[in-house]
Amino acid sequence: MHLKPESAERHTLSVTVANEPGILARIAGLFAGRGYNIESLTVADVTEDEAISRITVVTKAAPTTIEQIISQLDRLPSVIRVLDLTAMGPHVERELALVKVAGSGDHRIEALRLAEVYRARVVDATISSFVFEVTGGTEKIDKFLELMREVGLVEVARTGIAAIARGRDAI
Amino acid sequence: MTSERSGADILIETLTELGVEVVFGYPGGAVLPIYDALFKQDKIRHILVRQEGGAAHAAEGYARSSGKIGVVLVTSGPGATNAVTGITDALMDSIPMLVITGQVGTSLIGSDAFQECDTVGITRHCTKHNYLVKDPAELEGTIREAFHIATSGRPGPVLIDLPKDVQVAQARSKPMPVHPGYRPQTEPDPKLIETAVEMLAAAERPVFYTGGGIINSGPAASAALRELQALTGAPVTSTLMGLGAYPASGDAWLGMLGMHGTYEANWAMNQADLIVNLGARFDDRVTGRLDAFAPNARKIHIDIDRSSINKIIRAELGIVADVGRAMEAMIALWKQRGHKAQDLDNWFGRINGWRALKSLDFPNSTTEIMPQHAIRRLWEATKHRDPIITTEVGQHQMWSAQHFHFEQPNKWLTSGGLGTMGYGLPAAIGAQIANPDALVIDIAGEASIQMNIQELGTATQYNLPVKIFILNNEYMGMVRQWQDLTYAGRYSHSYSDALPDFVKLAEAYGWKGMRIEDPAALDGGIAEMLAYPGPVMVDCRVAKLANCLPMIPSGAAHTDMILQANEVSGEMDDEAKALV
Repeated sequence: MHLKPESAERHTLSVTVANEPGILARIAGLFAGRGYNIESLTVADVTEDEAISRITVVTKAAPTTIEQIISQLDRLPSVIRVLDLTAMGPHVERELALVKVAGSGDHRIEALRLAEVYRARVVDATISSFVFEVTGGTEKIDKFLELMREVGLVEVARTGIAAIARGRDAI
Repeated sequence: MTSERSGADILIETLTELGVEVVFGYPGGAVLPIYDALFKQDKIRHILVRQEGGAAHAAEGYARSSGKIGVVLVTSGPGATNAVTGITDALMDSIPMLVITGQVGTSLIGSDAFQECDTVGITRHCTKHNYLVKDPAELEGTIREAFHIATSGRPGPVLIDLPKDVQVAQARSKPMPVHPGYRPQTEPDPKLIETAVEMLAAAERPVFYTGGGIINSGPAASAALRELQALTGAPVTSTLMGLGAYPASGDAWLGMLGMHGTYEANWAMNQADLIVNLGARFDDRVTGRLDAFAPNARKIHIDIDRSSINKIIRAELGIVADVGRAMEAMIALWKQRGHKAQDLDNWFGRINGWRALKSLDFPNSTTEIMPQHAIRRLWEATKHRDPIITTEVGQHQMWSAQHFHFEQPNKWLTSGGLGTMGYGLPAAIGAQIANPDALVIDIAGEASIQMNIQELGTATQYNLPVKIFILNNEYMGMVRQWQDLTYAGRYSHSYSDALPDFVKLAEAYGWKGMRIEDPAALDGGIAEMLAYPGPVMVDCRVAKLANCLPMIPSGAAHTDMILQANEVSGEMDDEAKALV
């Protein structure tokens, strides 16, 4: 017999949780234990008293599984709220990448020129290298990295996605 | 409380205030301060088990038979890991449980100290919630919240890991912030109830598909089910976990559904135009092949756990609520609208046609005891005493579900979701503690009973008159049956070799031991067991190769039931082999 692949949609979920020890393991473990996919996961406390953290998780799954992921997250006592930003409508997604490029001559000049096009900032420079800081959607960063590969990319660090709904309402 | 108290005292006093009367446990290095606090009080009774796994299952039996929370107290490391199976079992079957585990001192955590394990890490996904408490001032609030989480919403096990230094250190309790996101929805949305009532009133071939949620909701929910059934006239089937919510003697009773359910229950599900799922979860043992499941039925699914709805089967109407509250709301609205029961004569005519097949019948024998017959005789001999029945896992469990009939909730304790062999004896001990005057019988198999056989000693110590009725066929019978069905009878490691002499074993523990071998001696043997005031273990030798039927093979439709023993042979293809 052979196993059949499933069709999948990409959804960005915003999960507000009590900021307590083990919460990240709880969320990540739920995804691992139930066989859900994590494309990106970011977490940081977002309230003044540090009591609440916001986890942004990007997952890819069949629509029925997405519904199930939301329900499974929602029933954890530590979870305060789960929002499916993708289903809710317009929202902004951003991530940040630090991109190290090494080289000399034309490559170096071309890297700087491309960085300008992508509004990447130089945050470190030596005679033979740059570190760029670039923010944007996942596609933009993927594209920037693709170009940097041509001009001496040596290392990348990415934050993963933070996302928020458009408009004045808060979650 | 204004004075400072040790963590151990805070624990015991808070549990007492919460009404805890019994703790199932086993001492060890990392819980010695708690055991000393237990020693100095007389409000909480401690039941010393023989292995921590037994404590967890005993707490399950206590909880399931009484409706109260089961409390477990074990030490760090192996104490905690031994309890993990019982904790997972409680999670799968939604049993309210509070587990207190000792932990090495806070300064030693993470250092691979003696008897250290990452208890909160190990149990994170087999508990409903868990905590590591590092400050005795936070202990009382944590216990109170844990208690609330374990018993409310969909019940489940909650664990508190308590380092030894926190048990000793003194503190004043401080108010604890509670989890703001934990708000289980118990009241149903009236609009959805209205839709449900109208769907039910219009149905021509309705079925109530009931589950363990009704038992968990409490006796009022079972009463509501009976009233709702009387109002609507619809037939009732149940999952393994829901047996007893509706009386087996009721006219509308179809028997259990699913893999080893009755012909009439499974055909009624298949032919229904409306299925009302009341606190069940469309488990794979119930649905069989999903694309062939109840093809003509609209589904209403009432469950307290939102994640159960649309997980396996899409419901036309999902209602998140306590199933008892939802049924009460449906009853009120049904009456208010003046609905009358539909004329279901046609529907019951078809059901009676399926009933006429007598799918639970089996060929009886005068030379050997048929296991089904043994259970029927046990039921006949005990039904007037409204016994509490526990089981292990396997053929005997399914035969008990089929042939022992329950009239009331909280009388049937079995490991459904996790399917834990070794559950029955400790669960019976827990049930006997909660119901000292009840007749408690563990119907067991000779393989399962050995998985927690050490708990014989617990029953002896506390003078618990638990009965164990072993259907001994010298095989892990369900494994053997599947090997016949799927692997052309290659009995790979399913023979129970080197069995102990159960009679001598019972006697060694101070129990009465009995053996029944002859069908003619069955009734007399059962009577002898029942007449004995103390614990009895009966080794009932039954037909070795009997199969548990009817059966829907894995991945088959409800309409593809195996009814005859001669159909249980052959070899299946890889797709079938890959299914559990």
